[in-house]
Amino acid sequence: MAILETDSKLVQEYQHGFTTEIEEDRAPDGLNEDIIRFISAKKQEPEWLLEWRLKAFRWWQKMPEPRWAHLRIDPIDYQAICYYAAPRKRGEAEGEIDPELARTFEKLGIPIEERNALAGVAVDAVFDSVSVATTHRKILEEKGIIFCSISEAVRNHPELVRKYLGTVVPLSDNYFASLNSAVFTDGSFCYIPRGVRCPVELSTYFRINALNTGQFERTLIVAEPGSYVSYLEGCTAPQRDQNQLHAAVVELIALDDAEIKYSTIQNWYAGDKDGKGGIYNFVTKRGLCQGRRSKISWTQVEAGSAITWKYPGCVLAGEGSVGEFYSVAFTNHRMQADTGTKMVHLAPHTRSTIISKGISAGESCNSYRGLVQIAPEAHHSRNHSACDSMLVGDRCSANTFPYIEAENHTSIVEHEATTSKISEEQLFYLRSRGIPESDAASLVVKGFCRDVFKTLPMEFSVEAVKLLELKLEGSIG
Amino acid sequence: MMTTDSTLHIRDLRAAIGDTEILKGVSLTIAPGETHAVMGPNGSGKSTLANVIMGHPAYEVTGGEVIFRGQNLVDLDPEERAALGVFMAFQYPVAVPGVTVANFLKAAVDARRPEDDKVKASAFLKELREYVAFLDIDPAFINRSLNDGFSGGEKKRMEILQMLMLKPTMGIMDETDSGLDIDALQVVAKGVNRLAGPELGLLVITHYERILRYIVPDRVHIFMDGQVVMSGGQEVVQELEAKGYDWVREQLGQGVAAPV
Repeated sequence: MAILETDSKLVQEYQHGFTTEIEEDRAPDGLNEDIIRFISAKKQEPEWLLEWRLKAFRWWQKMPEPRWAHLRIDPIDYQAICYYAAPRKRGEAEGEIDPELARTFEKLGIPIEERNALAGVAVDAVFDSVSVATTHRKILEEKGIIFCSISEAVRNHPELVRKYLGTVVPLSDNYFASLNSAVFTDGSFCYIPRGVRCPVELSTYFRINALNTGQFERTLIVAEPGSYVSYLEGCTAPQRDQNQLHAAVVELIALDDAEIKYSTIQNWYAGDKDGKGGIYNFVTKRGLCQGRRSKISWTQVEAGSAITWKYPGCVLAGEGSVGEFYSVAFTNHRMQADTGTKMVHLAPHTRSTIISKGISAGESCNSYRGLVQIAPEAHHSRNHSACDSMLVGDRCSANTFPYIEAENHTSIVEHEATTSKISEEQLFYLRSRGIPESDAASLVVKGFCRDVFKTLPMEFSVEAVKLLELKLEGSIG
Repeated sequence: MMTTDSTLHIRDLRAAIGDTEILKGVSLTIAPGETHAVMGPNGSGKSTLANVIMGHPAYEVTGGEVIFRGQNLVDLDPEERAALGVFMAFQYPVAVPGVTVANFLKAAVDARRPEDDKVKASAFLKELREYVAFLDIDPAFINRSLNDGFSGGEKKRMEILQMLMLKPTMGIMDETDSGLDIDALQVVAKGVNRLAGPELGLLVITHYERILRYIVPDRVHIFMDGQVVMSGGQEVVQELEAKGYDWVREQLGQGVAAPV
């Protein structure tokens, strides 16, 4: 078949697999209290933050690694990882970007210099452990919006960081969240003042470059009453034979009538055909709808990583608040994904929607795991979940693990799940109209994902479609 | 070699699913401008003939050839057959959720054009809307998912809409009339006849003579047990209608099962 012959393209499939030759500032490998002090000192952090990190570290040391996910994970040697790597400044004036770094981001299609910046998208770029550039500062400042790296926020807005950090994902939340709390190096901070509608998309681009490093970013977004923000993150890493750990934490807080839309296009290196190398993507993302009628939407396109383990969730604590989760998870070769969401309804009249589309190809394993919890106080609440899986080929697997805990009688919880194979009949039908097999397959898959893609901001929706097309190449036949 | 000979030559075509041979040596020649009907009882292999000409992957061609425009279709992928101008209206059109009729047709129209000469959206939509109106299709359908939740009649109209947009030179209607009421049948026939002309060869596969009142065949072939067993002009249709397939079996000297 035509598609099978394109197999040689698989080696080119991951276009972001290059490395950047850059001098780095690195901590010695391994993890102990001295390393945490080293990171904190490098970042010139206040004492309270160091104490917070150390507390998290002590928690983490007592916790066992979780084993409940439907994943096969090679043991991780936490002492063999470097917890801090930063591109060394070449002595340019403050605010200038190392040209080598600028070129890296340019190659990735991320313009980080103001003069090249995308209209309508402000970008913060994180390279290994540190943020290297943030664009569109002026427009944002005029509106009173703060969008900067979390390290910068700790320096310039310590009161805000201290007020909210760890309030949605506590430092003892889970194994990887505790690890992140101890060693997080950078990430983004966004603060949208009362009544402000952020005029541009805020975007962070994460890049792991250094060998043997973990990336532990921490993102915190606070939307004051009546504000709105749309935020997008993208991720890539070089092609390396060793597994690399990425354990991020994202916390969102929406106050009365505020809305946060958080979109992710994840394309970390997934390892080779035989499952060698690739990123372990173990992420904790949670949004707190603290205010009345607040709304948080997660959209994720998970197309990379050797292992993806994440459940972006919403805690619906404000009366009438709304949580949404839209996900496309694509796995190929030996990739594994155990991903889904948690919708925790705590207040009356809260609503949540879950739309999950899993696509498995090759010998991959793709699981949806989701929790819908409705507390006794959350009367007249509602959830609708639709989890669809598509199998491409006959060596992959798909699983659905829904958990529903409804503790009152006035709420309605609906769950639908389907599993289908990309059908020979669909492909033949499209091909008989002159559409080549690969295009036909991508049309079927894009159709399958349409309900999720349409929730992405326009330009990212185009990017998501392109990414999926690239990933599909060579996997259908 | 690509030639301009748009006559479809089917010669001793044999095809099987697994070990079961379904087409047992079919020969037919359809010249441009001609309409041929293939009639036969259920299970005789009529639909298999259509699907094999189009290249359905479930069937294995075990012998013979299908020559069209200088190429043996048997050696080509379905999309390459389509690019030569072959079109099959499906008996059971397939649903593709999430892909709109308009997007699908745009992809199909563009697939046969060179990379630097894709159809302009405005011209495409203008033509699409014209045919939608011509076939009495609700214009809202062009933004609905292809065949997803469509009724039988809507699906068949959608097949004809595709045929009008793609303008084949060899059209195969696989039991397009089955399950249609008389109004829908007339609309389907109107669509096919709009495309008919000296360039278009048509193969109409049907169980009933009804559709042949609207799409009038030049030649009629009776199909039984994977073979053409009788060919003639329109008079064959009338004979068949009056006397049934037993008459054909009698003519072939195969005898008829005794009435119970």
